[in-house]
Amino acid sequence: MPSTTGAVAISAENVVKRFTLRKTRELKEAVVWLLTRRRGVTTESFLASNDVSFEVREGETLALLGFNGSGKSTMLKMISGVLTPDSGRIRTKGRLAGLIEVGAGFHHDLTGRENVYLNGAILGMSEKEIDEKFDSIIDFAEIGEFIDTEVKFYSSGMYLRLAFAVAVHTDPDIFLIDEILAVGDEPFQKKCIARIKEFADQGKTLIVVSHDLDLVSRICDRGIVLQRGVKTFDGEINEAVAWLRAQA
Amino acid sequence: MSNAVLTDFDPNGQGRGLFGVFRHRYLLQLLVRKELKVRYRRSVLGLLWSYVKPAVQFAVYFVAIGMFLGLNKSMDNFAVYLFSGIIVMNFFTEAVRNATRSIIDNAALIKKIYLPRELFPVASVYVSAVHFLPQVVVLCVAVPFFGWRWDPMGVLMVLIGFVLLLVLSIGLGLLFGALNVIFRDAENFVDLINMVITWSAPVLYTAILVRDTLGETAFTIYQANPLVVIVELFHRGFWVPTVSHGVDLAGRPLEMWLSITAATCIAVFIVGQLVFTRVSKRFAQEL
Repeated sequence: MPSTTGAVAISAENVVKRFTLRKTRELKEAVVWLLTRRRGVTTESFLASNDVSFEVREGETLALLGFNGSGKSTMLKMISGVLTPDSGRIRTKGRLAGLIEVGAGFHHDLTGRENVYLNGAILGMSEKEIDEKFDSIIDFAEIGEFIDTEVKFYSSGMYLRLAFAVAVHTDPDIFLIDEILAVGDEPFQKKCIARIKEFADQGKTLIVVSHDLDLVSRICDRGIVLQRGVKTFDGEINEAVAWLRAQA
Repeated sequence: MSNAVLTDFDPNGQGRGLFGVFRHRYLLQLLVRKELKVRYRRSVLGLLWSYVKPAVQFAVYFVAIGMFLGLNKSMDNFAVYLFSGIIVMNFFTEAVRNATRSIIDNAALIKKIYLPRELFPVASVYVSAVHFLPQVVVLCVAVPFFGWRWDPMGVLMVLIGFVLLLVLSIGLGLLFGALNVIFRDAENFVDLINMVITWSAPVLYTAILVRDTLGETAFTIYQANPLVVIVELFHRGFWVPTVSHGVDLAGRPLEMWLSITAATCIAVFIVGQLVFTRVSKRFAQEL
Protein backbone atom coordinates (compact mmCIF):
# COMPACT_ATOMS: atom_id res chain seq x y z
CA MET A 1 0.00 0.00 0.00
CA PRO A 2 1.14 3.54 -0.60
CA SER A 3 3.03 4.69 2.39
CA THR A 4 1.75 7.92 3.84
CA THR A 5 4.26 8.23 6.61
CA GLY A 6 7.64 9.08 5.06
CA ALA A 7 8.86 12.51 4.20
CA VAL A 8 8.20 13.83 0.72
CA ALA A 9 10.94 12.81 -1.70
CA ILE A 10 9.50 14.13 -4.93
CA SER A 11 6.95 16.82 -5.37
CA ALA A 12 5.38 17.71 -8.71
CA GLU A 13 3.13 20.75 -8.72
CA ASN A 14 0.93 21.62 -11.70
CA VAL A 15 3.54 20.46 -14.16
CA VAL A 16 2.94 21.48 -17.76
CA LYS A 17 5.17 20.48 -20.63
CA ARG A 18 4.41 21.30 -24.22
CA PHE A 19 6.49 20.00 -27.07
CA THR A 20 6.79 22.04 -30.19
CA LEU A 21 7.57 20.13 -33.31
CA ARG A 22 9.42 22.59 -35.41
CA LYS A 23 9.35 21.32 -38.92
CA THR A 24 12.00 23.47 -40.44
CA ARG A 25 14.64 25.99 -39.67
CA GLU A 26 15.68 27.01 -43.11
CA LEU A 27 16.14 30.63 -43.93
CA LYS A 28 13.58 30.40 -46.74
CA GLU A 29 10.89 29.19 -44.34
CA ALA A 30 11.88 31.69 -41.70
CA VAL A 31 11.47 34.54 -44.16
CA VAL A 32 8.06 33.26 -45.21
CA TRP A 33 7.11 32.95 -41.57
CA LEU A 34 8.27 36.48 -40.82
CA LEU A 35 6.33 37.87 -43.77
CA THR A 36 3.10 35.98 -43.24
CA ARG A 37 3.16 35.72 -39.44
CA ARG A 38 1.49 32.37 -39.73
CA ARG A 39 3.01 30.53 -36.87
CA GLY A 40 0.96 27.43 -37.45
CA VAL A 41 2.69 26.79 -40.72
CA THR A 42 6.03 25.94 -39.23
CA THR A 43 5.14 24.65 -35.81
CA GLU A 44 2.89 22.11 -34.25
CA SER A 45 2.66 21.27 -30.60
CA PHE A 46 1.21 18.83 -28.14
CA LEU A 47 0.92 18.64 -24.39
CA ALA A 48 3.04 15.87 -22.89
CA SER A 49 2.14 16.91 -19.39
CA ASN A 50 -1.03 18.80 -18.62
CA ASP A 51 -1.23 20.18 -15.10
CA VAL A 52 0.05 17.07 -13.37
CA SER A 53 0.59 17.12 -9.61
CA PHE A 54 1.64 14.39 -7.23
CA GLU A 55 3.87 13.71 -4.28
CA VAL A 56 6.05 10.71 -3.72
CA ARG A 57 7.18 9.85 -0.24
CA GLU A 58 10.48 8.33 0.77
CA GLY A 59 10.42 4.58 0.32
CA GLU A 60 7.44 4.55 -2.01
CA THR A 61 7.55 2.45 -5.15
CA LEU A 62 5.61 4.17 -7.87
CA ALA A 63 4.83 3.02 -11.40
CA LEU A 64 4.02 5.56 -14.08
CA LEU A 65 1.59 3.81 -16.38
CA GLY A 66 0.07 4.71 -19.70
CA PHE A 67 0.03 3.90 -23.36
CA ASN A 68 2.54 5.19 -25.88
CA GLY A 69 2.52 8.96 -26.01
CA SER A 70 0.90 9.33 -22.61
CA GLY A 71 3.78 11.42 -21.33
CA LYS A 72 5.19 9.03 -18.76
CA SER A 73 8.75 9.06 -20.05
CA THR A 74 8.55 12.83 -20.30
CA MET A 75 7.51 12.94 -16.66
CA LEU A 76 10.44 10.73 -15.70
CA LYS A 77 12.83 12.94 -17.63
CA MET A 78 11.45 16.01 -15.90
CA ILE A 79 11.97 14.38 -12.53
CA SER A 80 15.55 13.54 -13.48
CA GLY A 81 16.12 17.13 -14.60
CA VAL A 82 16.89 16.29 -18.22
CA LEU A 83 13.76 18.14 -19.30
CA THR A 84 12.47 21.30 -17.67
CA PRO A 85 8.71 21.91 -17.20
CA ASP A 86 7.22 24.91 -19.00
CA SER A 87 5.29 25.80 -15.90
CA GLY A 88 4.74 24.32 -12.49
CA ARG A 89 7.65 22.78 -10.70
CA ILE A 90 9.21 19.52 -9.71
CA ARG A 91 11.41 19.20 -6.69
CA THR A 92 13.36 16.25 -5.48
CA LYS A 93 15.18 15.51 -2.28
CA GLY A 94 18.25 13.39 -2.05
CA ARG A 95 20.51 11.82 -4.59
CA LEU A 96 18.82 10.71 -7.75
CA ALA A 97 19.95 8.12 -10.26
CA GLY A 98 18.29 7.16 -13.45
CA LEU A 99 18.32 3.82 -15.15
CA ILE A 100 17.09 5.68 -18.15
CA GLU A 101 18.56 3.88 -21.10
CA VAL A 102 21.52 2.26 -19.49
CA GLY A 103 24.79 2.72 -21.23
CA ALA A 104 23.97 6.22 -22.46
CA GLY A 105 27.37 7.37 -21.29
CA PHE A 106 29.31 4.41 -22.63
CA HIS A 107 31.92 5.08 -25.22
CA HIS A 108 32.74 2.18 -27.49
CA ASP A 109 36.39 3.11 -27.86
CA LEU A 110 37.05 2.88 -24.15
CA THR A 111 37.70 -0.36 -22.30
CA GLY A 112 35.17 -1.88 -19.94
CA ARG A 113 37.17 -0.62 -16.99
CA GLU A 114 37.33 2.94 -18.29
CA ASN A 115 33.63 2.89 -19.04
CA VAL A 116 32.85 1.72 -15.52
CA TYR A 117 34.69 4.73 -14.10
CA LEU A 118 33.26 7.17 -16.62
CA ASN A 119 29.71 5.95 -16.14
CA GLY A 120 30.03 5.68 -12.39
CA ALA A 121 31.08 9.33 -12.35
CA ILE A 122 28.28 10.29 -14.72
CA LEU A 123 25.81 8.64 -12.38
CA GLY A 124 27.23 10.62 -9.50
CA MET A 125 29.71 8.26 -7.85
CA SER A 126 33.05 9.45 -6.51
CA GLU A 127 36.34 7.86 -7.49
CA LYS A 128 36.64 6.20 -4.10
CA GLU A 129 33.14 4.78 -4.34
CA ILE A 130 33.83 3.26 -7.75
CA ASP A 131 37.13 1.82 -6.54
CA GLU A 132 35.33 0.12 -3.68
CA LYS A 133 32.52 -1.25 -5.79
CA PHE A 134 34.57 -2.13 -8.82
CA ASP A 135 34.89 -5.86 -8.13
CA SER A 136 31.27 -6.14 -7.24
CA ILE A 137 30.31 -4.43 -10.51
CA ILE A 138 32.43 -6.86 -12.53
CA ASP A 139 30.91 -9.81 -10.68
CA PHE A 140 27.40 -8.60 -11.24
CA ALA A 141 28.05 -7.99 -14.95
CA GLU A 142 29.71 -11.42 -15.35
CA ILE A 143 32.34 -9.80 -17.56
CA GLY A 144 35.46 -11.35 -16.07
CA GLU A 145 38.65 -11.04 -18.10
CA PHE A 146 37.05 -8.88 -20.81
CA ILE A 147 37.05 -5.87 -18.52
CA ASP A 148 40.18 -4.45 -20.16
CA THR A 149 38.85 -4.95 -23.67
CA GLU A 150 37.30 -2.06 -25.56
CA VAL A 151 33.55 -2.33 -25.29
CA LYS A 152 33.04 -2.20 -29.06
CA PHE A 153 34.20 -5.82 -29.06
CA TYR A 154 31.59 -6.81 -26.49
CA SER A 155 28.48 -8.72 -27.43
CA SER A 156 25.34 -6.66 -26.96
CA GLY A 157 24.50 -8.75 -23.90
CA MET A 158 27.85 -8.09 -22.26
CA TYR A 159 27.55 -4.41 -23.00
CA LEU A 160 24.11 -4.12 -21.42
CA ARG A 161 25.10 -6.23 -18.43
CA LEU A 162 28.06 -4.00 -17.68
CA ALA A 163 26.05 -0.83 -18.15
CA PHE A 164 23.31 -2.14 -15.89
CA ALA A 165 25.81 -3.35 -13.30
CA VAL A 166 27.27 0.15 -13.00
CA ALA A 167 23.83 1.68 -12.72
CA VAL A 168 22.64 -0.61 -9.92
CA HIS A 169 25.82 0.02 -7.96
CA THR A 170 25.15 3.71 -7.60
CA ASP A 171 23.63 4.30 -4.23
CA PRO A 172 20.95 6.91 -4.78
CA ASP A 173 17.97 7.75 -2.59
CA ILE A 174 15.68 7.88 -5.59
CA PHE A 175 15.86 5.47 -8.49
CA LEU A 176 14.27 6.27 -11.82
CA ILE A 177 13.79 3.25 -14.05
CA ASP A 178 12.63 3.49 -17.64
CA GLU A 179 11.91 0.39 -19.69
CA ILE A 180 15.19 -1.22 -18.87
CA LEU A 181 13.89 -4.36 -17.33
CA ALA A 182 14.06 -6.02 -20.72
CA VAL A 183 17.81 -6.21 -20.50
CA GLY A 184 19.87 -9.25 -21.40
CA ASP A 185 18.84 -12.88 -21.27
CA GLU A 186 16.34 -14.27 -18.83
CA PRO A 187 18.70 -15.22 -15.99
CA PHE A 188 20.20 -11.75 -16.06
CA GLN A 189 16.77 -10.16 -16.21
CA LYS A 190 15.77 -12.06 -13.11
CA LYS A 191 18.92 -10.91 -11.38
CA CYS A 192 18.13 -7.30 -12.29
CA ILE A 193 14.56 -7.54 -11.09
CA ALA A 194 15.76 -9.15 -7.86
CA ARG A 195 18.17 -6.26 -7.44
CA ILE A 196 15.46 -3.68 -7.99
CA LYS A 197 13.22 -5.42 -5.48
CA GLU A 198 16.10 -5.32 -3.04
CA PHE A 199 16.23 -1.56 -3.48
CA ALA A 200 12.53 -1.37 -2.74
CA ASP A 201 13.00 -3.46 0.40
CA GLN A 202 15.86 -1.23 1.52
CA GLY A 203 13.41 1.64 1.53
CA LYS A 204 14.68 3.42 -1.56
CA THR A 205 12.22 5.47 -3.53
CA LEU A 206 11.54 3.89 -6.90
CA ILE A 207 9.80 5.31 -9.93
CA VAL A 208 9.32 2.81 -12.71
CA VAL A 209 8.09 3.31 -16.25
CA SER A 210 7.28 0.11 -18.10
CA HIS A 211 4.77 -1.42 -20.44
CA ASP A 212 5.16 -4.72 -18.67
CA LEU A 213 2.16 -4.36 -16.36
CA ASP A 214 2.66 -7.71 -14.63
CA LEU A 215 6.22 -6.83 -13.80
CA VAL A 216 5.47 -3.40 -12.40
CA SER A 217 2.68 -4.74 -10.29
CA ARG A 218 5.18 -7.11 -8.69
CA ILE A 219 7.68 -4.34 -7.97
CA CYS A 220 5.55 -1.31 -7.22
CA ASP A 221 2.90 -0.48 -4.63
CA ARG A 222 1.41 2.55 -6.24
CA GLY A 223 0.49 3.44 -9.79
CA ILE A 224 -0.21 6.71 -11.54
CA VAL A 225 -1.94 6.46 -14.91
CA LEU A 226 -1.22 9.16 -17.47
CA GLN A 227 -3.31 9.62 -20.59
CA ARG A 228 -2.29 12.21 -23.15
CA GLY A 229 -0.43 14.11 -20.49
CA VAL A 230 -3.26 14.10 -17.96
CA LYS A 231 -3.16 12.21 -14.68
CA THR A 232 -6.28 10.06 -14.73
CA PHE A 233 -5.66 7.65 -11.89
CA ASP A 234 -3.50 7.59 -8.78
CA GLY A 235 -3.70 4.74 -6.34
CA GLU A 236 -2.89 1.16 -5.45
CA ILE A 237 -0.96 -0.59 -8.20
CA ASN A 238 -3.38 -3.42 -9.00
CA GLU A 239 -6.27 -1.00 -9.23
CA ALA A 240 -4.17 1.25 -11.46
CA VAL A 241 -3.29 -1.64 -13.76
CA ALA A 242 -6.93 -2.75 -13.90
CA TRP A 243 -8.00 0.80 -14.61
CA LEU A 244 -5.49 1.13 -17.45
CA ARG A 245 -6.49 -2.23 -18.94
CA ALA A 246 -10.11 -1.12 -18.94
CA GLN A 247 -9.14 1.85 -21.11
CA ALA A 248 -7.60 -0.25 -23.84
CA MET B 1 -1.92 14.97 1.95
CA SER B 2 -0.22 16.67 4.80
CA ASN B 3 1.74 19.80 4.24
CA ALA B 4 5.21 18.49 3.97
CA VAL B 5 8.09 20.68 4.87
CA LEU B 6 9.84 21.20 1.57
CA THR B 7 13.22 22.22 2.79
CA ASP B 8 16.58 21.20 1.38
CA PHE B 9 15.00 20.27 -1.92
CA ASP B 10 17.13 20.31 -5.00
CA PRO B 11 16.03 22.70 -7.67
CA ASN B 12 15.45 20.19 -10.40
CA GLY B 13 17.43 20.49 -13.57
CA GLN B 14 18.51 23.96 -12.65
CA GLY B 15 22.21 24.14 -13.07
CA ARG B 16 24.41 26.20 -10.88
CA GLY B 17 26.46 27.25 -13.84
CA LEU B 18 30.15 26.65 -13.54
CA PHE B 19 29.85 25.83 -9.85
CA GLY B 20 28.18 22.62 -10.93
CA VAL B 21 31.25 21.82 -12.99
CA PHE B 22 33.45 22.39 -9.99
CA ARG B 23 31.38 19.92 -7.97
CA HIS B 24 31.82 17.35 -10.72
CA ARG B 25 35.53 17.87 -11.23
CA TYR B 26 36.29 14.15 -11.06
CA LEU B 27 33.85 13.58 -13.92
CA LEU B 28 35.40 16.53 -15.77
CA GLN B 29 38.79 14.82 -15.48
CA LEU B 30 37.37 11.60 -16.86
CA LEU B 31 35.67 13.41 -19.73
CA VAL B 32 38.94 15.10 -20.64
CA ARG B 33 40.80 11.79 -20.44
CA LYS B 34 38.13 10.17 -22.60
CA GLU B 35 38.31 12.95 -25.16
CA LEU B 36 42.08 12.67 -25.44
CA LYS B 37 42.00 8.92 -25.63
CA VAL B 38 39.27 8.85 -28.25
CA ARG B 39 40.90 11.55 -30.32
CA TYR B 40 44.22 9.73 -30.49
CA ARG B 41 42.93 6.18 -30.72
CA ARG B 42 44.87 4.07 -33.17
CA SER B 43 47.31 6.89 -33.60
CA VAL B 44 51.03 6.14 -33.53
CA LEU B 45 52.07 9.66 -32.58
CA GLY B 46 49.17 10.19 -30.18
CA LEU B 47 49.52 13.33 -28.12
CA LEU B 48 52.71 14.11 -30.04
CA TRP B 49 50.43 15.46 -32.75
CA SER B 50 49.91 18.48 -30.54
CA TYR B 51 53.61 19.25 -31.10
CA VAL B 52 53.78 18.25 -34.74
CA LYS B 53 50.90 20.41 -35.91
CA PRO B 54 52.09 23.73 -34.45
CA ALA B 55 55.67 22.90 -35.49
CA VAL B 56 54.65 22.50 -39.12
CA GLN B 57 52.40 25.53 -38.95
CA PHE B 58 55.27 27.51 -37.46
CA ALA B 59 57.65 26.36 -40.18
CA VAL B 60 55.23 27.32 -42.95
CA TYR B 61 54.60 30.79 -41.54
CA PHE B 62 58.25 31.30 -40.77
CA VAL B 63 59.23 30.58 -44.34
CA ALA B 64 56.36 32.49 -45.92
CA ILE B 65 56.10 35.52 -43.68
CA GLY B 66 59.51 35.59 -42.05
CA MET B 67 61.69 34.81 -45.06
CA PHE B 68 59.67 35.65 -48.14
CA LEU B 69 58.01 38.78 -46.76
CA GLY B 70 61.13 39.69 -44.84
CA LEU B 71 59.79 40.07 -41.29
CA ASN B 72 62.66 37.92 -40.12
CA LYS B 73 65.07 40.61 -41.21
CA SER B 74 63.12 43.65 -40.17
CA MET B 75 62.52 42.47 -36.61
CA ASP B 76 64.61 40.77 -33.98
CA ASN B 77 63.76 37.22 -32.98
CA PHE B 78 60.78 36.95 -35.27
CA ALA B 79 60.65 33.21 -34.54
CA VAL B 80 59.81 33.86 -30.88
CA TYR B 81 57.33 36.56 -31.81
CA LEU B 82 55.62 34.24 -34.25
CA PHE B 83 55.48 31.13 -32.09
CA SER B 84 54.22 32.88 -28.95
CA GLY B 85 51.34 34.26 -31.02
CA ILE B 86 50.58 31.02 -32.84
CA ILE B 87 50.09 29.02 -29.67
CA VAL B 88 47.57 31.54 -28.36
CA MET B 89 45.57 31.48 -31.57
CA ASN B 90 45.70 27.70 -31.76
CA PHE B 91 44.43 27.37 -28.24
CA PHE B 92 41.62 29.79 -28.90
CA THR B 93 40.46 28.37 -32.21
CA GLU B 94 40.62 24.75 -31.05
CA ALA B 95 38.88 25.49 -27.74
CA VAL B 96 36.03 27.46 -29.26
CA ARG B 97 35.54 25.10 -32.20
CA ASN B 98 35.36 22.01 -30.00
CA ALA B 99 33.27 23.69 -27.31
CA THR B 100 30.80 24.73 -30.00
CA ARG B 101 30.43 21.11 -31.06
CA SER B 102 30.53 19.69 -27.53
CA ILE B 103 26.82 19.75 -26.74
CA ILE B 104 25.83 18.15 -30.05
CA ASP B 105 28.59 15.57 -29.77
CA ASN B 106 27.38 14.55 -26.34
CA ALA B 107 23.71 14.58 -27.31
CA ALA B 108 23.20 10.92 -26.37
CA LEU B 109 24.23 11.65 -22.83
CA ILE B 110 22.57 15.03 -22.46
CA LYS B 111 19.21 13.65 -23.59
CA LYS B 112 19.23 10.89 -21.03
CA ILE B 113 21.08 11.85 -17.90
CA TYR B 114 21.07 15.15 -16.11
CA LEU B 115 24.50 16.60 -15.55
CA PRO B 116 25.62 20.20 -15.38
CA ARG B 117 25.79 20.75 -19.14
CA GLU B 118 28.58 23.26 -18.73
CA LEU B 119 30.81 20.23 -18.21
CA PHE B 120 31.04 19.56 -21.93
CA PRO B 121 32.22 22.95 -23.23
CA VAL B 122 34.53 23.25 -20.23
CA ALA B 123 35.98 19.80 -20.97
CA SER B 124 36.65 20.91 -24.56
CA VAL B 125 38.52 23.98 -23.38
CA TYR B 126 40.40 21.80 -20.88
CA VAL B 127 41.47 19.46 -23.68
CA SER B 128 42.80 22.44 -25.61
CA ALA B 129 44.75 23.48 -22.55
CA VAL B 130 46.28 20.00 -22.42
CA HIS B 131 47.46 20.56 -25.99
CA PHE B 132 48.54 24.11 -25.24
CA LEU B 133 50.74 23.62 -22.19
CA PRO B 134 53.43 21.47 -23.88
CA GLN B 135 53.75 24.19 -26.51
CA VAL B 136 54.33 26.74 -23.77
CA VAL B 137 56.99 24.43 -22.34
CA VAL B 138 58.69 24.29 -25.74
CA LEU B 139 58.63 28.07 -25.86
CA CYS B 140 60.04 28.35 -22.33
CA VAL B 141 62.87 25.99 -23.21
CA ALA B 142 63.60 27.83 -26.44
CA VAL B 143 63.55 31.49 -25.39
CA PRO B 144 66.77 31.48 -23.31
CA PHE B 145 68.64 30.65 -26.53
CA PHE B 146 67.25 33.84 -28.01
CA GLY B 147 68.59 35.90 -25.15
CA TRP B 148 65.52 35.85 -22.90
CA ARG B 149 66.28 37.18 -19.45
CA TRP B 150 64.26 36.61 -16.31
CA ASP B 151 61.50 39.15 -16.25
CA PRO B 152 58.88 38.80 -13.49
CA MET B 153 56.63 41.39 -15.11
CA GLY B 154 56.69 39.46 -18.37
CA VAL B 155 55.83 36.20 -16.63
CA LEU B 156 52.97 37.89 -14.82
CA MET B 157 51.67 39.24 -18.13
CA VAL B 158 51.69 35.74 -19.65
CA LEU B 159 49.80 34.36 -16.67
CA ILE B 160 47.22 37.13 -16.86
CA GLY B 161 47.02 36.56 -20.61
CA PHE B 162 46.33 32.88 -20.12
CA VAL B 163 43.61 33.49 -17.52
CA LEU B 164 41.92 35.98 -19.85
CA LEU B 165 42.25 33.51 -22.71
CA LEU B 166 40.52 30.84 -20.61
CA VAL B 167 37.71 33.17 -19.56
CA LEU B 168 37.16 34.30 -23.15
CA SER B 169 37.28 30.78 -24.60
CA ILE B 170 34.90 29.33 -22.02
CA GLY B 171 32.53 32.26 -22.47
CA LEU B 172 32.43 31.91 -26.25
CA GLY B 173 32.36 28.11 -25.95
CA LEU B 174 29.27 28.30 -23.74
CA LEU B 175 27.63 30.82 -26.04
CA PHE B 176 28.20 29.00 -29.32
CA GLY B 177 27.82 25.54 -27.80
CA ALA B 178 24.30 26.50 -26.73
CA LEU B 179 23.40 28.33 -29.94
CA ASN B 180 24.63 25.41 -32.01
CA VAL B 181 21.88 23.25 -30.54
CA ILE B 182 19.24 25.52 -32.03
CA PHE B 183 21.05 26.70 -35.15
CA ARG B 184 23.68 24.41 -36.58
CA ASP B 185 24.88 27.50 -38.40
CA ALA B 186 26.84 28.35 -35.28
CA GLU B 187 29.48 25.80 -36.21
CA ASN B 188 30.11 27.36 -39.59
CA PHE B 189 30.01 30.79 -38.08
CA VAL B 190 32.69 29.80 -35.58
CA ASP B 191 34.84 28.36 -38.37
CA LEU B 192 34.50 31.66 -40.15
CA ILE B 193 35.45 33.63 -37.04
CA ASN B 194 38.42 31.37 -36.50
CA MET B 195 39.63 32.03 -40.01
CA VAL B 196 39.36 35.78 -39.61
CA ILE B 197 40.70 35.81 -36.07
CA THR B 198 44.02 34.26 -37.09
CA TRP B 199 44.71 37.43 -39.05
CA SER B 200 42.95 39.82 -36.69
CA ALA B 201 45.61 39.53 -34.01
CA PRO B 202 49.24 40.54 -34.39
CA VAL B 203 50.58 37.05 -34.92
CA LEU B 204 51.91 37.28 -38.48
CA TYR B 205 52.62 41.01 -38.43
CA THR B 206 53.23 43.70 -35.83
CA ALA B 207 50.42 45.76 -34.35
CA ILE B 208 52.22 48.97 -35.28
CA LEU B 209 51.50 48.15 -38.92
CA VAL B 210 47.78 48.51 -38.24
CA ARG B 211 48.27 52.01 -36.89
CA ASP B 212 50.61 53.01 -39.71
CA THR B 213 48.29 51.67 -42.38
CA LEU B 214 44.81 52.39 -41.08
CA GLY B 215 45.34 55.29 -38.69
CA GLU B 216 44.68 55.97 -35.01
CA THR B 217 40.93 55.42 -34.93
CA ALA B 218 41.12 52.06 -36.64
CA PHE B 219 43.95 51.11 -34.32
CA THR B 220 41.83 51.86 -31.27
CA ILE B 221 39.03 49.67 -32.61
CA TYR B 222 41.59 47.02 -33.48
CA GLN B 223 42.85 46.91 -29.91
CA ALA B 224 39.37 46.48 -28.54
CA ASN B 225 39.65 42.88 -29.76
CA PRO B 226 40.63 40.98 -26.61
CA LEU B 227 42.74 38.53 -28.60
CA VAL B 228 44.96 41.34 -29.82
CA VAL B 229 45.80 42.27 -26.26
CA ILE B 230 46.15 38.64 -25.12
CA VAL B 231 48.60 37.93 -27.93
CA GLU B 232 50.50 41.09 -27.01
CA LEU B 233 50.64 39.91 -23.40
CA PHE B 234 52.33 36.73 -24.60
CA HIS B 235 54.70 38.80 -26.72
CA ARG B 236 55.41 40.89 -23.65
CA GLY B 237 56.36 37.80 -21.65
CA PHE B 238 58.23 35.76 -24.25
CA TRP B 239 59.42 38.05 -27.00
CA VAL B 240 60.09 41.48 -25.44
CA PRO B 241 62.68 40.15 -22.94
CA THR B 242 64.62 38.65 -25.87
CA VAL B 243 65.06 41.90 -27.74
CA SER B 244 67.64 44.31 -26.42
CA HIS B 245 65.93 47.55 -27.25
CA GLY B 246 62.95 48.70 -25.26
CA VAL B 247 59.92 48.03 -27.40
CA ASP B 248 56.94 50.23 -27.79
CA LEU B 249 54.73 47.18 -27.79
CA ALA B 250 51.51 48.20 -29.40
CA GLY B 251 52.10 51.87 -29.41
CA ARG B 252 49.93 52.30 -26.30
CA PRO B 253 50.26 51.54 -22.60
CA LEU B 254 49.42 47.87 -22.18
CA GLU B 255 47.92 48.43 -18.73
CA MET B 256 45.08 50.50 -20.11
CA TRP B 257 44.19 47.88 -22.71
CA LEU B 258 44.59 45.19 -20.12
CA SER B 259 41.73 46.52 -18.04
CA ILE B 260 39.51 47.00 -21.10
CA THR B 261 40.30 43.46 -22.26
CA ALA B 262 39.64 41.98 -18.83
CA ALA B 263 36.27 43.72 -18.78
CA THR B 264 35.47 42.45 -22.29
CA CYS B 265 36.43 38.86 -21.46
CA ILE B 266 34.33 38.89 -18.30
CA ALA B 267 31.39 40.41 -20.17
CA VAL B 268 31.64 37.74 -22.89
CA PHE B 269 31.80 35.09 -20.20
CA ILE B 270 28.71 36.41 -18.41
CA VAL B 271 26.73 36.64 -21.64
CA GLY B 272 27.87 33.12 -22.57
CA GLN B 273 26.77 31.72 -19.22
CA LEU B 274 23.42 33.52 -19.31
CA VAL B 275 22.60 32.34 -22.82
CA PHE B 276 23.78 28.84 -21.97
CA THR B 277 21.63 28.66 -18.85
CA ARG B 278 18.62 29.84 -20.78
CA VAL B 279 19.04 27.59 -23.79
CA SER B 280 20.20 24.54 -21.82
CA LYS B 281 16.67 24.07 -20.49
CA ARG B 282 15.73 23.09 -24.03
CA PHE B 283 18.77 20.95 -24.86
CA ALA B 284 17.13 17.60 -24.27
CA GLN B 285 14.17 18.30 -26.51
CA GLU B 286 16.07 20.12 -29.25
CA LEU B 287 18.85 17.62 -29.72
